[in-house]
Order: sequence, then C-alpha cells, then structure tokens
Amino acid sequence: MFTYILRRTLLMIPTLFLISVIAFAVIDLPPGDYLTSYVAQLEAQGAVVSEEQILALQKRYALDQPAHVRYLNWIWRIVRYGDFGQSWNWNRPVRELLAERLPFTIGVSVTTLVFTYLAAIPIGIYSAVRQYSWADYIFTTAGFLGLAVPNFLLALVLMYVFYRYFGVSIGGMFSPEFRDAAWSMAKFRDLLNHLWVPIIVIGTSGTASLIRTMRGVMLDELGKDYVQTARAKGLSEIVVIVRHAAKVAVNPIISVIGWTLPQIISGEAIVAIVLNLPTTGPLLYQSLLTQDMYLAGSFIFILSALTVIGTLLSDILLAWIDPRIRFDREG
Amino acid sequence: MNTDQSLPTTQTKHSLTIDWEDVKPKSSSQGQLMFRRFRKHKLAVAGLVVLCLFYAVAVFNGFVATSDPAKRNSSYVYAPPTLPRFIDHEGNFHFRPFVYGLKSRIDPDTWERVYEIDHEKRHSLSLFVRGDKYRILGVFESDLHLFGTADGAPLFLLGTDSLGRDMYSRIVAGTSISLTIGLIGVFLSLVLGLLIGGLSGLVGGTTDLVIQRIIEILASIPQIPFWMALSATVPASWSPVQTYFAITIVLSLLSWTRVARVVRGKFLALREADFVMAAYAMGAGNWWVIIRHLIPNFLSYVLVTVTLTIPGMILGETSLSFLGIGLKPPAISWGILLQQAQNMRTIALRPWLLLPGVFVVIAVLAFNFVGDGLRDAADPYTSNRF
Repeated sequence: MFTYILRRTLLMIPTLFLISVIAFAVIDLPPGDYLTSYVAQLEAQGAVVSEEQILALQKRYALDQPAHVRYLNWIWRIVRYGDFGQSWNWNRPVRELLAERLPFTIGVSVTTLVFTYLAAIPIGIYSAVRQYSWADYIFTTAGFLGLAVPNFLLALVLMYVFYRYFGVSIGGMFSPEFRDAAWSMAKFRDLLNHLWVPIIVIGTSGTASLIRTMRGVMLDELGKDYVQTARAKGLSEIVVIVRHAAKVAVNPIISVIGWTLPQIISGEAIVAIVLNLPTTGPLLYQSLLTQDMYLAGSFIFILSALTVIGTLLSDILLAWIDPRIRFDREG
Repeated sequence: MNTDQSLPTTQTKHSLTIDWEDVKPKSSSQGQLMFRRFRKHKLAVAGLVVLCLFYAVAVFNGFVATSDPAKRNSSYVYAPPTLPRFIDHEGNFHFRPFVYGLKSRIDPDTWERVYEIDHEKRHSLSLFVRGDKYRILGVFESDLHLFGTADGAPLFLLGTDSLGRDMYSRIVAGTSISLTIGLIGVFLSLVLGLLIGGLSGLVGGTTDLVIQRIIEILASIPQIPFWMALSATVPASWSPVQTYFAITIVLSLLSWTRVARVVRGKFLALREADFVMAAYAMGAGNWWVIIRHLIPNFLSYVLVTVTLTIPGMILGETSLSFLGIGLKPPAISWGILLQQAQNMRTIALRPWLLLPGVFVVIAVLAFNFVGDGLRDAADPYTSNRF
C-alpha cells in the first residue's frame, strides 16, 4: 500500500509540471504586454508611475527575459513564496483572491461529488433490479435529458421557474443579510438553503452518466453465476443484491471519480457565473474578459492541480477498498 | 474470443461432409449486421432522422427561415411568440392555419412595450412564399421561403429579440454554425486521435507510456475553464471565420484523447489476435495489416466514440458563446442567441429567449441516441443487454 501511494504521488509531479506549463502558456499567450496596459491603467487613474517602479515590476515578473526564464521565475515564486503574481484588475495579490474563493469552489465541488454518488448508486441498482419498470424508464429518460441539457441552461430554467412560480430568486450562496456576516449557525443554515441549487445543477449530468454505468454493470453482475449461487444458498434477495452484486458493481463507478471530478469542477465554473456564486468561476471569467492574465493562469493551474490531487486521493481510497487494484497496479 | 473449433479427429474425417451451401447464405457482412442491429434501436433511428432534418435545415437555412435573421423590426421589439392556429377567437375552424397580428402600446407604469393580440388582423399562412433574399451555401440566391404569411405581414413564430429580429429565423440560421462546429472539431480530434493513439498502440514501450501520461493529464484538466482561457486569447480583431476555426481547434485540443484511447486499446488487443498473426505469417507488411485488417476492425468503435464526442463539442461551443468568449455577433449560433437570456429580469419577462436552448438539447439528445445505437450495433457478436 505504501509503495503504491509513494509511486502515485511521484507520478503526480510530471503531471503538475505539465499543467503548470499549460497554465503559464495561458498567461503568456495574449498579445501585448500587461505591464504597459497596467501602467496605462494606473496613469488613467491619475497615479504617477515612476521609471523605478516600472523597472521593479519588470524585474519582479522577469518581463524582459525570454519565455522559459519567465516561466521559471513564475513557478519559482509560487513554490518558494506562494506568490502567484499580482492581479492588475483588482490590484491585489492573486494569492489573496484565491484564498477567498477557493474554499467555496472546493466545498461546492466536494458536496456535489458526494451527492452525485449518493444519488447514482441506489438509482442505478434500482433501475437494474427493476429493469424495464416504469421507474426505470423515468430514470433512463431523466438520465438522457440530464446529459443533454447544458448546465447553464438548467440553471437558467430553474431560476426562471422559481422566480415565476414561487417568486423567489435562487442565485447566490447567501441571503443579502448574511453575505458579510461572520460565520454563525444561522449563516450556515442560510448556506444550506442556497447550496442545493448549484449541487443539483452541477451534479445532474454526472449523476446521469453514473446511473447509466451503474445500471449496466449491475445488469451484467446479476446475470452471473455467483449471484445464482447466493440465491440458491437461500439468501434473501436484498442481501444478494446489496452484499453480493452491488458490491462488485460499484467498483467501476468509483474508479471513474477521476473523470467525474474534472467534469464537476468544469461545470461549477460556468454554473457559478450564471448563479453568481462567490467561487472561482466568476472571477476566472472576469479575469479572462479583462485580460487579467496572472489571475486567470493561476486559477487554471490551481483548478487543474486540485483535480489531479482529488483524483489521487480517490485512487488511494479505491486501492484501500479494493485490494485487486492495489496488486494489479503494483505487480 | 473465438470459440474452440478443433478439427475432427482423423478417424471421422472422411465420414464428415459439410454441405457448404447450407452454411453460406446465413452469413452477412459486418456492415449488414451492424445496420440490422442499428435499425432495431428505435431511439437511435429516431435520432438519426432528427439529425438528418437538422443538417438539411443547416444547409437550406435561408429557405426554412421566414425572414432575414438580421432584419430589425423596431416596432416589434421583444414581441412574444405567435403560434399558428386553426380556430379563431369566435370558435370558427379555418382549414388554413393563420396568425393574428399584434397590437402594441406602452405601459404607462413600467414604460415597457406590451403586446396584445389584434383579432381584427388575421394573416393566413401559406407554403412557398416570396420574401427576403438569401443565399444557399453562399452561392445560389433566392427569395423563396418554405412558408410565411400569404400577405407578407411579419411573422414571429418564436417571438423577437431586443432589436425586433425574428427568433425563429435566427434559430434556424444558428443551426449551421452550432451543428458544424462539432463536426469539424470532431474531425480534427479524429485525425489527432488516430495518429497519436495508433502510434501509442503500435510502437509501445516508452512512447506509449509518455503518450498515456499526456492523455491522462489532459483528461484531468477541467474542460470549461481551459476552453474559456484558450478562447479568451483569440484576438477580438479576428474575422468571424477565423474565430470559428480557432474555437473548433480549442474544442478539439482536449477531445482527441477519447479517440486516442479507443484506438490504442484496439491496436493493443488486435495486435495479438490470431487473424493478425496469420496475416503476418503470410508475409503481410505492417501497413497492409494496419489498413486491411486493423482499421476496418476498430473503425466502428471509433465511429461510436466520434458520435459521442460531438455533443460535448456542441455543448462546449454553446457554453462559450453564451458567456461571450466564443463566437461573437454578428455570427449567429445557438449559444450567441442564448447570450440574451443571461439576466434574470429578461428571462422572467421574455422566457422565449430561452428557446434556442431547446434546440441544443434536441440536437445533443439525437447525437447521444445515435451514438448509443451505434455502440450496440458496433459489436454484432456480443449479446445486447442494455
């Protein structure tokens, strides 16, 4: 087990390296020099920018150096000082903005992931056991629809329905009176009241595909001999389904966490923009529109890195649960 | 994989005669088997029909539309949909469908324009009417439209937008971009996937390991933020055609991995298969084996993957254009049309602006159904349990 974790963690290093290169490319791609635009922006606000200040900024971001030196400078500052650069637009260190927004992104994503699995596993099992029943048809149809409706459209429709028929606005993460309040029991309850909307909107497509996989694998398992044997031993149907068939059928869908997680984080970005959540999505969007590239690149880097780490954690969890994987990948 | 067909022992060899005529007529080519299987999948067939219709509309959009999608009607800003009807307000049945005209006035309280049905004006609809000029595929000019009002009165089947442009005609016009961006993007992914996946499967060793790692890394990147970042770097000064191709490239950059994975997997599995060994033993060269034996064997799987990749791309383009960082007006795509539905107030007052989304959903569903049908059909020799 220990060697497995060690090996996987070491393998993560080249992955993170490549992701950082891609993120840096995003920072570096837009034509033009941000320093020039930043200085122009400052001067437009009436500030006097001295020659030394410009030189200092230039040196800090190694803007006069070739691309690979700039990359090394950027990544070194991140690794050594946790300095992600300066957001031109907000005039604050990117690190502060990340610290503000990331916890919400992680919170929403993890909750959605848990919801996705909690919903998909029982529904998948039920659909397989009662194949071709009306409930199965409903879930199958809902599943197909869930895959086909773009996240942001679902969010818009939900907003419309709730506004039109219940007269409530469902955007945001907190009610106005709690937005700047300190954490308290009431604020937490308020959060829960708002959180279910993004969870459903983001989780639907992932849940839909997981249900389909779960149903398929479960149908395969139910046809196998060991299930027949279990029944012949006189075990009750519920034990046969849950303890025997479902236990095996759950593995494939647990092992696709590595694919579900990027999907969720990706969906979170766009849904947050529509629902106006205080997560990384809207900030990334704004930074892209205003060409605030250090902020944008850092978001891409952190979001991808988080996904990779999340995948690693889930793989370790899976190897811990299912020894077959451990041995398979070690041997 | 194949059943154990050991030859009869020598003793029985002479007594056993096979009537080959009995066996032969039952065999069908792989293509025929696939087609037969596909036809059984009702939803997939329905999906295919819908897709054919959609693509026909994409080509002949000027003909199907009722007016020029860019034409502004300043007196019909945010007009609600007027659906064709057969029964008039007095309960009389008319054989020919018709629409009522719209009366508008300014609400004295909200200063909003309010529309009311004008029962005085009845415009009957007819097929093949003359109207705004358009070009088919940019070449053939015409002014014949599939249907419209007989007296030439403006017709807003699905309402109008902020500039009084007809939403129906705009949705129809958006078909061409929204549906082709997936096709071209998937073609790029296919080329990349075949090349890289094939290389990975054929060469193996370190090359395979490196390519597999890269695929894993690309798969772990959250698509939408990455797409957002890349398409934001497309210069605003580019022409719509340049932007269009830039977006297709952006979309396929992350999507080729699926094809590559399938191709590699099949290459690895088939490389050891008996019939490939046999071909090599008979002196076939590498390229002969690849083109004659390997590719035909996994082409169906690639087709399935490709079909299932297209909807993701359509959704991707729609999302990006919706956010305003994909294609930009004056280009028309479903995502661009949905841009207007971004704020709550607009949606609450004018829900018909969400209608382009319905078409996105239909197109994506159709592709998913067809892909599903193809997947079931791709392997005609396994039993179908789903």
